Amino acid sequence: MFDGLKFRNISSPMHRIDPRAKFIYVLTLFVVAVFFNQLIPLLILFFSQIPIIMIAKVKKEWLRLIKGSSFFAAIIFIMNVISLHFYSSYSSFALIIEQASAMTVRFIVLVESFSIFFLTTSPDMLGLSLEQMGIPYEFCFAFTTAIRFVPVLAEEAQTIIDAQRSRGLDIEGGNLMKRIRNYIPILIPLIVNAIRRSLELAEAMESRAWGATKKRTTLYVLKMGKRDYCLILTSTIILAVSTYIWLFIKIPTLTQILNIES
Amino acid sequence: MAIIETRNLTYTYPYADKPAFKDVTLRIERGEFILLTGPSGCGKTTLCRCFNGLIPHFYGGKLEGEITVAGLKTSEHPIHDLAQHVGLVFQNPENQLFALTIEKDVAFGLENLGLPRDEIRRRVDWALKVTGIYDLKDRAPFEVSGGQQQRVAIASVLAMRPEVIVLDEPTSFLDPLSAKKILEVINNLNKDLGITIILVEHRLDLAARYATRVIIMNEGQIILDGEPRKVFLESEAALIGVGIPKVVRLYMLLKRAGLNISNVPLSPEELSKSIMEAFTFDKC
Amino acid sequence: MINVEDIYFTYPNGVEALKGVSLQITDGEFVAIMGQNGAGKTTLVKHFNGLLKPTRGRVLIDDIDTRHVSVATLARKVGFVFQNPDHQLFSETVEDEISFALKNFGFDEKTIKERVDWALNILDLTRYRKTSPFMLSGGERKRVALASVLAWDPKILILDEPTIGQDRNQKERLRQFILQMNHQGKTVVIVTHDIEFVAECEPRVILMSDGRIVADGSARNVLTNPDLIAKSWLLLPEITSVLLNLNNLGFPANVMDVYEARDLIIERLGWDRK
Repeated sequence: MFDGLKFRNISSPMHRIDPRAKFIYVLTLFVVAVFFNQLIPLLILFFSQIPIIMIAKVKKEWLRLIKGSSFFAAIIFIMNVISLHFYSSYSSFALIIEQASAMTVRFIVLVESFSIFFLTTSPDMLGLSLEQMGIPYEFCFAFTTAIRFVPVLAEEAQTIIDAQRSRGLDIEGGNLMKRIRNYIPILIPLIVNAIRRSLELAEAMESRAWGATKKRTTLYVLKMGKRDYCLILTSTIILAVSTYIWLFIKIPTLTQILNIES
Repeated sequence: MAIIETRNLTYTYPYADKPAFKDVTLRIERGEFILLTGPSGCGKTTLCRCFNGLIPHFYGGKLEGEITVAGLKTSEHPIHDLAQHVGLVFQNPENQLFALTIEKDVAFGLENLGLPRDEIRRRVDWALKVTGIYDLKDRAPFEVSGGQQQRVAIASVLAMRPEVIVLDEPTSFLDPLSAKKILEVINNLNKDLGITIILVEHRLDLAARYATRVIIMNEGQIILDGEPRKVFLESEAALIGVGIPKVVRLYMLLKRAGLNISNVPLSPEELSKSIMEAFTFDKC
Repeated sequence: MINVEDIYFTYPNGVEALKGVSLQITDGEFVAIMGQNGAGKTTLVKHFNGLLKPTRGRVLIDDIDTRHVSVATLARKVGFVFQNPDHQLFSETVEDEISFALKNFGFDEKTIKERVDWALNILDLTRYRKTSPFMLSGGERKRVALASVLAWDPKILILDEPTIGQDRNQKERLRQFILQMNHQGKTVVIVTHDIEFVAECEPRVILMSDGRIVADGSARNVLTNPDLIAKSWLLLPEITSVLLNLNNLGFPANVMDVYEARDLIIERLGWDRK
């Protein structure tokens, strides 16, 4: 499931759009998904993402994400069915199923929209946009550095596990207490090395004039272009239309349309 | 004026009961290529950190004596000022590269200095070209080999255009061929660009041929300081446990056995040539 | 005995690290596995204690297929010392660190005490018995890691890049230590790209390049072969280079030792003088 949230380094129209525009778009999707309780608009929202996914060329990762989140989706579905059955005024079974489905689809839409954002935005673009939005450089730097070192730390964790297994550490067996205790020989080297690593990084940063001036410049700068403003405009329109519909139009349930009553 | 000058420099780490090095008096001129070596724990790494101000500003502790770098007293200037004159390249390539692309890593120091964008662009491209990694500029640091990572580290320090570059055991994690190549890059910085180089190394067999001066430390003191061809012949060097290049040892054995070889060799090629000459001379 | 039967190994990320490797290491041998970074050396030795299982082919340790037993079981026989000691050290004292594996393997209290004393002694660490491993220097931490593996007396010892960052004295001590262990009957396998170190130890050398074995023979024959060295991105030993350049004077091409070279040169000079 987490593969769907990792940056995929290819070139696509979605990749080239400014992260800030993308974020507004994702936020819009988020808000609209929360607006509507009914299945039909949520389904429309879900399917309308598919062309975006195709444009962004991230079909494979997105499918993996859907597969991965199906477990949580199933739980949400079941829990909704149960609570609607016992605690709501819904009479017909069909309505309950529809409502539960709506909640499940909402969950998927939320996950999906964040996924699109992270799949198509590289961490340093993200850091750069945070910087340009005015967040102090220290935090942006901490953010991108953390991301830069995630694969390194993951590899190191694996090496530590290998080293301790080679000394007879059995990470599989034993009761719960033993299993927890077995993590100490793995966590301690991991933490100690992480601290050592950050000290070395700090040394390197200082040696490259960190803190020389408060007015830091950058090699690259993000500029919003036509395409970015288009996306923002589209998002605004979607938001406006959705608000109108939400306020003034009564949305039929699927059950009513299909005329199912039990 | 010497680019680095120290007088009776003594440093003790915080909480340590004895100094890491004592009474170090040195004069380093512009354009020198200094090979700094000695057994583990002799104080060479600590000394390096004094050159760009990490000691005393980052490490604390007690620094006694005087040290001036590019005319600046290191205790009176912050690291970010000194870093513009002395660049420091560390042992582990991985922990000195923080950006997500190589190009941005090289730009990091310049961005810190607040230079205008086109100046950053110019210097980044130049540093990448000098170190031979211009084609890798869009790659991520963890994607490339150790040798290439060290080149990135060197480029990112080079871009700041320091007068001195200090390298602390840069070949430790590299295989022999990569080590040789990186030393050639470092040598070019010295011979072509006139940058003063201070190289801390154990692998003297690969590095000695480039040095104009060798400084050997032991237990916190400078024991020997001079031209490589002279220093390596000193018995003290071997006694301390410095890795005298095998070609020098063979030279000494041959000389003792009566062969008339002119020069102390610092590379296999030099020794072969000298032996060849000694043979033809002998034939006459 | 280690038997590697035509193994292939591909990492989960798709990289094929071993492309058909076969070899045999008999008990008591001293072997150096060499090659550039990425050639597959560490991947190969991780198969010896079961950390990695081949995607094709099989590895037998004393006739036991590594795919059928746990790492802990194999580790009893195959001690693996990792390159970076900081990937293992976690205990409050050096003593605890050394007894960790012994406790895992189920030794009794009395034996644990004996073995810890022994390991501290042979690696000259007795004065650090109650010290925290994190307080020790780099070289000392490497010795603690080595001690903690030797403690359970595995018959096969694997050292991954043991010479990195070591000075001349430390390397010499390591060399003698390895020879001592080998002399006592242990099979020793070192993974390294330190040519001069291997030239001084003169073990059997297995050269790897791009996931395959490109040479397997004595150090003298393998390390002095310019074609093999070039193929595996290493360098010739210094002395070998010297004599190679003098080849037209008829010097043999497989000399690595300083004294041997001196004798040959002086001898030749004596000839010519006559």
